[in-house]
Amino acid sequence: MTDWPILSTVTFLPLVGVLFLLLTRDDTPNGRRNVLNVSLFTTLFTFLVSLFIWIGFDNSNPGFQMVEKTTWLGTGIGYHVGVDGISMLFVILTTLLMPFCILASWVTIEKRLKQYMIAFLLLETLMIGVFVSLDIVLFYVFFEGGLIPMFLIIGVWGGKDRVYASYKFFLYTLLGSVLMMLAIMAMYWQAGTTDITELLKYQFPAGLQTWLWLAFFASFAVKMPMWPVHTWLPDAHVQAPTAGSVILAGILLKLGGYGMIRFSLAMFPLASDYFAPMVFALSVIAIIYTSLVALMQEDMKKLIAYSSVAHMGYVTMGIFAANTQGVQGALFQMISHGFVSGALFLCVGVVYDRLHTREIAAYGGLVNNMPKYAFAFMVFTMANVGLPGTSGFIGEFLTLIGVFRANTWVALFAATGVILSAAYALWLYRRIIFGALEKESLKALFDLSPREQALLYPLIVLTIFFGVYPAPIFDATAASVDLLVNNYTAALQAAHDVALSVK
Amino acid sequence: MILYKAIVFLPLIGALIAGLFGRAIGAKASEYVTTGLMIVVAILSWIAFFTVALGHGEAGEVIKVPVLRWIQSGGIDVEWAFRVDTLTAVMFVVVNTVSTLVHLYSIGYMHHDPHRPRFFAYLSLFTFMMLMLITSDNLLQMFFGWEGVGLASYLLIGFWFKKPSANAAAMKAFIVNRVGDFGFILGISGVFVLFGSINFETIFATAATYLPAEGAAEGGEAVINLFGMHLDKAHAITAVCLLLFMGAMGKSAQFLLHTWLPDAMEGPTPVSALIHAATMVTAGVFLVARMSPLFELSHDALTVVTVIGAITAFFAATVGLVQNDIKRVIAYSTCSQLGYMFVALGVGAYGAAIFHLFTHAFFKALLFLGAGSVIHAVDGEQDMRYMGGLRKHIPITFWMMTIGTLALTGVGIPGTMFGFAGFFSKDVIIESAYASHSAVSGFAFTLLVIAALFTSFYSWRLAFLTFFGKPRASHEVMHHVHESPMVMLLPLYILAVGAVLAGVIFEGYFFGHHYAEFWKGALFTLPENEILEHFHHVPLLVKWSPFIAMVTGFVTAWYMYIKSPETPKVLAQQHRVLYQFLLNKWYFDELYDFLFVRSAKALGRFLWKKGDVAVIDRYGPNGIAARVVDVTNRVVRLQTGYLYHYAFAMLIGVAALVTWMMLGSSF
Repeated sequence: MTDWPILSTVTFLPLVGVLFLLLTRDDTPNGRRNVLNVSLFTTLFTFLVSLFIWIGFDNSNPGFQMVEKTTWLGTGIGYHVGVDGISMLFVILTTLLMPFCILASWVTIEKRLKQYMIAFLLLETLMIGVFVSLDIVLFYVFFEGGLIPMFLIIGVWGGKDRVYASYKFFLYTLLGSVLMMLAIMAMYWQAGTTDITELLKYQFPAGLQTWLWLAFFASFAVKMPMWPVHTWLPDAHVQAPTAGSVILAGILLKLGGYGMIRFSLAMFPLASDYFAPMVFALSVIAIIYTSLVALMQEDMKKLIAYSSVAHMGYVTMGIFAANTQGVQGALFQMISHGFVSGALFLCVGVVYDRLHTREIAAYGGLVNNMPKYAFAFMVFTMANVGLPGTSGFIGEFLTLIGVFRANTWVALFAATGVILSAAYALWLYRRIIFGALEKESLKALFDLSPREQALLYPLIVLTIFFGVYPAPIFDATAASVDLLVNNYTAALQAAHDVALSVK
Repeated sequence: MILYKAIVFLPLIGALIAGLFGRAIGAKASEYVTTGLMIVVAILSWIAFFTVALGHGEAGEVIKVPVLRWIQSGGIDVEWAFRVDTLTAVMFVVVNTVSTLVHLYSIGYMHHDPHRPRFFAYLSLFTFMMLMLITSDNLLQMFFGWEGVGLASYLLIGFWFKKPSANAAAMKAFIVNRVGDFGFILGISGVFVLFGSINFETIFATAATYLPAEGAAEGGEAVINLFGMHLDKAHAITAVCLLLFMGAMGKSAQFLLHTWLPDAMEGPTPVSALIHAATMVTAGVFLVARMSPLFELSHDALTVVTVIGAITAFFAATVGLVQNDIKRVIAYSTCSQLGYMFVALGVGAYGAAIFHLFTHAFFKALLFLGAGSVIHAVDGEQDMRYMGGLRKHIPITFWMMTIGTLALTGVGIPGTMFGFAGFFSKDVIIESAYASHSAVSGFAFTLLVIAALFTSFYSWRLAFLTFFGKPRASHEVMHHVHESPMVMLLPLYILAVGAVLAGVIFEGYFFGHHYAEFWKGALFTLPENEILEHFHHVPLLVKWSPFIAMVTGFVTAWYMYIKSPETPKVLAQQHRVLYQFLLNKWYFDELYDFLFVRSAKALGRFLWKKGDVAVIDRYGPNGIAARVVDVTNRVVRLQTGYLYHYAFAMLIGVAALVTWMMLGSSF
């Protein structure tokens, strides 16, 4: 077990599925069936295998575990993977959400099913790759490469304005990735290595930290997304197929947060401290601004997309509060948001599949003929609102505490999100679910099918389970986060001492 | 130990059975399961009350029942755990007794509703959440219960989801409560920063160190920087208490955050009795009482509590004077009575506040359930202008409501032990308000006495309009008027017993000679807080003032609604502006709608259309797109080409990087 390269196995297992898919044909009903089965089986199997990562994970070890390392081309760039408390759960989250994506696409994808599934499996490999990479070049390849299947998913299988949406997505991310690449080059120039474990130990000079921080931030802020570079997200979500939205909200947005913790905070502590007020300001603006915008949306998916931006505001705020509660809260919030927002998009998908519109005004009174759906939607709405007892609350609360310790003003403004999220989420729920069933088009809608139940019910269980008993997540992340925060404060202290001694 | 777990979790089990399997087991079974479990829980609660509150424990003794780990992160260490002391035991009795009776009553009241399993599931869920709130051993679990009862309240107010007004009221209740929670959660954060913990045990133990030292000068070392203010220990406590109190104001519908409570009457009447009269709305009172070790340290915070409480008591009573909806009158009355409780808290008479909470639960639930019985009898009509003369038709309901009214208006003879429940608890509060050393005691006392007069007036107005005079309902309705079934009347009887006896039996324990051995330190008071001694020694006039107010209110109501029914109309005509002002509840809804709802919507639309679309997109991605289109003038190329551009750019990047490194390493 110990020698088995489990991380590589999990990372590349989906590619085995891709190989099988390449051999099949999807133009017959039977072939279609095969494609679906192979994809589902692959993702489920990957998920099960990935659980061994969690089982084998040593919670008390703050460093990287299950490390695999080989050099490549003698350049110093190496295939180096491993997980610590910060990245491990993201791997599990990715493998967890994938089967849901496949299942969500079961009947809705009509054209080019095979290519669609290949794109998803490829995406899975690349996403896992991002989280396990311990070499910054490897990280970069996975990080940027992952966007290609996502472009395709939006651009080929998306809605009417898919081209505009994926173009916008592309423009924003291009800007960030160019800067990030320059930063990576500079880091290599300075430190002489691309190994993340080495870089974490290396202390970059303060002046360089500032520039590197900004370059990474440009890339991560777009991914999060933070205000004001968030406008690609609503369009991308609206146009993406349901499964695309799930992955986008569930995993892709987390890349930014993960990057901020792994690189910005851990490698550039001085710059992080310097820029923290700016991040706080942007986070608070994101929370209030996008919540208000969400309030007025007429499209269900856009509303949820804007609410995602607001929730990511808590994450960025928590990360740069740079204390245990803040960072752990941010991690928790990302994981919880991963399945809660994923579930909300699945909920939208359920009614979209029936009526082919996402316009809120087209609905109303669904509780009358879809009580199971109403129940599921209620649970996720409440998780989105951050009701204690759901997983949505814990991250929100901890990031608030964390930031309250750092700056009470930020906490004050961020806490208004508590009110605003209730306003937009409950209003959405009321307009879709409550009321009398008067619209003719809605009367024939049937309740959740067994497939849809299989999609939503497990997520309900997760949402409530981690709301009541979040300990497994805290146990897994605690050691690494403590190490990170301690290093961070030590670095700041050292810089402070130097400044004093110079005086 | 198992006793307390059973008390808290049995309602949850009931809720899950009725909620998840209600369809399978049927409505009858759902009712019996939930109600049966509640009866068990109520009995256990009384057992707990007798062992904890009336038993001979030592002062400061607290039973702690750990359940499960919850959140551990850095200094935050929060468990799911129960803390049982006298305060909790009192709340056990209040919550579970009323909840059980409401379950029972609902079997009759909701008889025709097709969604009974859902209804009973919500009721039991509410009870569970309320129990989590009152048993919590830390601020966060309390917040869990706090929000949980909010959720249950939201679901139950909007229970009849086809009614747009019910949906609107449900949303309003949740969101206004969230405004309070905004303060609550910041308060919790503040407590954490000050005390390094949010567990009650640690907070209360550490709070002692915040006592102003003997002879210490004003202004010590700053312990917290809150919103730009550097606060020393004393001010920090005040700030934290005020933030927590904001939460209490939301949940207990105090002035400024009261607007949701009257609208909440859209829910079924048993819900109003349970949630919006007896239990949930008193959570704010409970919070302040629970946090008495902090509040007691801050005179300023207590003064604010007193002022808000007194204003609420007065304000709600004035609005109650002119409402026509039978439930809304009682709702405003609840609001007003909650104000009394906060005044008691504010002047340091925590025992008196909980005492009033206790008695109020009985008579207010009685009034609501009685009103439900009336509504049931007249076919769902709630407007008192279409009632009248019902005394003969539904005599039992009439007598029960009368007992409730006597208790609410505080009928009793001062100086003796003869009186209904409200007489004891309300008079104690009014006397405490007068006797306290608070800077605002005169203000609070005056408003409370006026409010007592108004209370008496609107209560008797309600009784007279409903039960006396000529029937004003249509002939058809009057023909069908019928007394409620036994399952609805039994809860009324039990509550009536409480409304009569709860005061006389328990006064000595809650706020009298047995205070110390009853509370066992569950309510904290500083040594210099001697309100318990002083409130007895007030002038005779003060002692009699509530009585005089009560009689005046009664006589006025009798004159205006029995003797000369024309008077109210004439008065309303003469004082048109005032009448409209009161009828429209001081125009708070209109004001808030303008200030918050409309402006938030307008701002949201502005930020979306002008911020996101007109600025960010226009100068961001669309601007770039326009440039590209200008150059190539071939949209097709753009649409298909960008992916390759991207992949190409990335490849070039990687190639450049690799080259760079090879060069670098070869140097």
